[in-house]
Formats: sequence, structure tokens, C-alpha cells
Amino acid sequence: MNVADDNGRRKTLLEINQLKKYYPIKGGLLQRVQSHVKAVENVSFKLYEGESLGVVGESGCGKSTLGKAILGLEELTAGTVKFKETEIQSLRKKEKLKFVKEMQMIFQDPFASLNPRQKIGPAIAEVFSIHTSMSSKEKKLAVLDLLKEVGLKEEHYDRFPHEFSGGQRQRIGIARAICLNPSFIICDEAVSALDVSVQAQVLKLLKTLQQKYQLSYMFISHDLGVVRYFCDRVLVMYLGNTVEEGKVEDLYNAPLHPYTQALLSAIPRPSIEKKRNRIRLQGDLPNPADPPSGCPFHTRCPIARTQCMEEKPQWREYGEEHYAACHFAGESIFKEAK
Amino acid sequence: MGEALLEVKNMITEFRTADGYLPAVRDVSFSLNKGETLCIVGESGCGKSITSLSIIGLLPSNGRIASGEIKYEGEAIQSHTAEQMRQIRGNQISMIFQEPMTALNPVLTIGYQLREPLMIHEKLSKKEAHKKGIDLLKSVGIPYPEKRMSQYPHELSGGMRQRVMIAIALSCNPGLLIADEPTTALDVTIQAQILDLINDLKQEYHMGVIMVTHDMGVVAEVADRVMVMYAGKKVEEGTVEEIFNHPKHPYTIGLLNSVPDVDKPDFELEAIPGSLPSLNQQIQGCRFHERCKFAMETCKQQEPPAFDLSHSHSVSCWLEAEEVTNP
Repeated sequence: MNVADDNGRRKTLLEINQLKKYYPIKGGLLQRVQSHVKAVENVSFKLYEGESLGVVGESGCGKSTLGKAILGLEELTAGTVKFKETEIQSLRKKEKLKFVKEMQMIFQDPFASLNPRQKIGPAIAEVFSIHTSMSSKEKKLAVLDLLKEVGLKEEHYDRFPHEFSGGQRQRIGIARAICLNPSFIICDEAVSALDVSVQAQVLKLLKTLQQKYQLSYMFISHDLGVVRYFCDRVLVMYLGNTVEEGKVEDLYNAPLHPYTQALLSAIPRPSIEKKRNRIRLQGDLPNPADPPSGCPFHTRCPIARTQCMEEKPQWREYGEEHYAACHFAGESIFKEAK
Repeated sequence: MGEALLEVKNMITEFRTADGYLPAVRDVSFSLNKGETLCIVGESGCGKSITSLSIIGLLPSNGRIASGEIKYEGEAIQSHTAEQMRQIRGNQISMIFQEPMTALNPVLTIGYQLREPLMIHEKLSKKEAHKKGIDLLKSVGIPYPEKRMSQYPHELSGGMRQRVMIAIALSCNPGLLIADEPTTALDVTIQAQILDLINDLKQEYHMGVIMVTHDMGVVAEVADRVMVMYAGKKVEEGTVEEIFNHPKHPYTIGLLNSVPDVDKPDFELEAIPGSLPSLNQQIQGCRFHERCKFAMETCKQQEPPAFDLSHSHSVSCWLEAEEVTNP
């Protein structure tokens, strides 16, 4: 579901250019910076209005750091974040506030982001106190509307966070995220902690809200099934690098990068009809403080050759809006296995 | 059909609370054969973990098995003393938990924790136990096992820790392995490795495996038979083919429909409305009727008994009664 302008072109909402985020490792007698953990390394992408972009990868691949860096919750090491044609990473606090209203985040564990001693109504109303000049009566009405919007009831206004189930808490998280009419929401593993039946309810709610308010989502998840259902385009990350980007259909039907192929083959399928041949990646994610030379994936890649160890692959376009960073992109990892 | 390894009959597990005793597992019966994998599926809070904890005798202090029978290799174990259970636990019945970091002791080395069950149950000397420990780490695919023996849990990654847990669980060649959400905390690539490992080891040691999970994908991958639980009751049981190809209970169907399938792009998610009732909620009739779209008058009045559809497939739902009486 994309919003197109008169010429049929999609409007860019967010543009990330060469974003880097390094964390220093201090040590030694004087606590000097000894090296860096390269959490996000040279990530660039665009997000269009009304679209959902999935960001997938194993834990530790930098997908959450990327989300936080975009919102300004983490200081960037390098790169630019352009939101609605404005570079926001170097704005001063006051100017930034205007944009912060339009960018929101939904976290994995909503219970951890709610004050256990504050009732739900006031917790949501707090957002209005900071960003608007509504009277307390207006605030209450607005909150009651919001509760209805996300599928909660009016009587929930005076309840405490512990009285809600996981799915309901996530709905509260969503209510807080949408209350200022944002145009962009980052969902950081927003449904991962929920049971499948509740997960489906929350996903449906997010989709309904997207259509109603023309929201754009950046959907960070490790669940490729959910991403396929929910997103228009997908970005695959490995060890802080983007390894592949493409439309959902292209990426799932014809994955180019061996890592994407391996990820897809590793998902347990909820059907017993076909027992497919699968590739098992050996080993774990390498230490991001000491990334391998050349292609970051070569230590686990089933089709790695000498070139991969020496030379870092370029980010190239292989099809319409389908990018990958691999010397042998498109080569199947399956025939090499046996 | 192999030999019966474990038989659970009409088990009721209760918890003592301020409101009196509340049943978390209500009259559940099932059996497991040697070399077979049974998956227990359901939402969190449906009693699937409590069922497995009841079997291994690790219920929290306010929980108790109120009635029913648990037979392991023909011997009733539900009324064993704590000391008798200690002899069985880790020796004949082992368990793997969801969070390997909380299940491993952070201040003891991997080697110490691996040697402990071997020295207690198998009466090995420390030296022999150390050697066996290295072999075990090798068998679960951990590189440099000699080095790992002197490392601490925090030095290992999540997947490695889970492998260590499996090595400890398998150290005394148990007949029954209970795995409670063993891969939920892991990434898909690591999850695939661990599931393969459990499957290989099951065949090697000819164990029975009870896998507790909420992930239908995992179920399809490993299960021979499936038991679906809802609010403390068993609602459906059958072979993995029967459950996936001919699910009968509306709850099972709902569960299957709420998992997005990677291979089907046009798949429409169907959420089950509402959420699981709490333990102290009194529900008359079928415990699922408030969330069921096929609910009829009978469902609100009377609890459905189990209807047998084949020798392996049974379902507790009044819809089946209709089909049986007026075909």
C-alpha cells in the first residue's frame, strides 16, 4: 500500500545515508578507547510514505541500534537521517521536537516501558501534556478515543499496567505511539513477545491503523513469516551491514544473498506437506568488535571463496529495487551443499 | 507402536492461592512411547509448562498434584518422596529449559555443572566425569570442548549455552527428555541447529521427548504426535499429520490460522478474538466457548467429553458429537 503522487512516483519519507554507529570499547589503565564495536556499518535506505519496511536479521546484527539511531535515541557516529527533506541528526533540541512528534516507536516489552505505579489513562495523557496545550478534560476525551481506537475499553482508563495481558499492554504501547498522529513508527520486535493468536490480533490492528492514518512502519523483527505478511519491502542485516534489500515477493521468491537464502531455509514451516532440503548455517554470529575481513558473512557462508575473504563486496542493484552485497549474488547455496 | 514409556492418567495439578486451590491442569491424560516426540502446544498460561513440571516433580512449593497417576516405565512416580524423585531426575527423566542463562549457575564452570550429575548418578570419579563431559560436549557439537570445560556460562553465546544444557540433560542417558520451549529465546538459524541436534540425539539414544512449545512451525518440524491444550484442558490430540491436515477443534484451527506462513504470500491471518481466561475464572461448559465462533447452546451448558475420531486422534468439542450423531 503505497501513496503515490500525481506522477505515480512514491514520496520519500525517510532517507538514511551512510549511517554508522560505533560503540567504543574502553580498557587499560587509563580507560582509553581501544577499539570499537561496529554495531551499524554504512547503512543506507529509503522509506516511502505509507509503506512498511521490514528489517530482519539475527540478534546482534544491529537492527535495533539502527532504529534507535534513526530516532535520535543514540548519537550517530557518521551519516545523515533525512526526514521529510530535512536532515534531522544535527538539529537542536527545540527544532527536533517538531519532528520527534512525527516519529514514534513501539517496543518489544510494553510492560518495561510503562510505569507500574501510574494508571494507564494518565500514562497516555502525559504525551499530550508534553507536546500540546490541551486542558485536562480534552486530554481525557482524547485518551478515551485512543483506547477505543486500539481495541481497549473506557474502563481501562483507571487501571494499572499489571492488570493487563501482554496483548493489551502492547495495545497501550500502540496507543501511546499513535496519539500525536505520527507519520512514521518504528516497531522494534513489537509482536515477538506475544502468543501467536494475540500476535495476529496486534498485527491486524497495526495494519488497520496504517490504512486509516497513512502510517509508514519500520518493522524490526527476526520472524520472517511475520515480515512477509506485514511488510512491502525488506532489508536484511548481518553484523551491522545490510546484505540484501528488495520487495517482499522478490526477496522471498528469489533471494540473492546466501545469508538470506539460509535464513529462509531455517524457518520452521507450520505445514507438514513438504520436507524441503535445508541449509544449516554452522556456528554463531562473529564478534562485532572484531569483524571478519572481506565479506562479513564469509565465515559461515556455504559458498565462500578466497575472493570473499579478501574483498568486501559492493552494494549493487540486481533487479528493480533489489539490491545485494555479495560477490556471487544469486548463486544458490543448495547445489553446493551436496 | 513401541513400548509405553510414560503414562499420565487424569492428572490434576492445583495451586494454593489466597482464593483457595485453583487447578492449572485439569484432568489431562496422555501417553508417550519410546523414541517418540510428543509436542504440547498452547498459549502461555494454558498449563503446558505446569504439565511438564508435574511429571518431573519440579512444581513450585504452592503447587501439588491433586489427583491422577503418572507412570514412568510402569512405575507410578507421582507420590514419590523428594529423595526418590531426585534419583529419577537427571538420571531417567531430564529437562531442558527455555532460558539457558537462568538454568545454568553463573558462578560455576561448565565443567563443574557437567560433572555433577555424572558423579551423583553414575558414581564416576572426577577424572572419569571430566572425560565423559568432554565427550558429551563434543556430541552436542561444541568446538574446543576441553577449553569450554573451564569456562563460565557468560562466556558462551545463547546457542552454545543451550547446547551445554542439552549435554547436561543427556549426561546420564535419560529415557525421557522434557524440553520446555528450548528454542524460543534463540535465532532461527541457531534454532534450526538445536532442533536438528535434539532429533539426532533422540534417534541415537532412543529417548522419548516431550517438547513444550507455542510455535506451530517447530511442531511441524519435530513432532510425531501433538497435544493441544487450552486453559488447563487437553482439547485435541493426534498424530502430526492429523493435527495439521485435519484439525478438528476450533482452537487448533485458530492456532494454525494465526501463524503467518512464509511460503504463502496471500495468506490471510485469522486472529482468535479475546484472550485466555485466568485461572480463577469460572466457566460453565466448554472452556473455549467465549472465544469460539462456532459456539452453540450446548457448549455453554456442558463440558464436551473427548470424542475419538481414530485410534490416535481425539478431540473435545461438541461439533464432533453433531457429526457423529447426524452424519
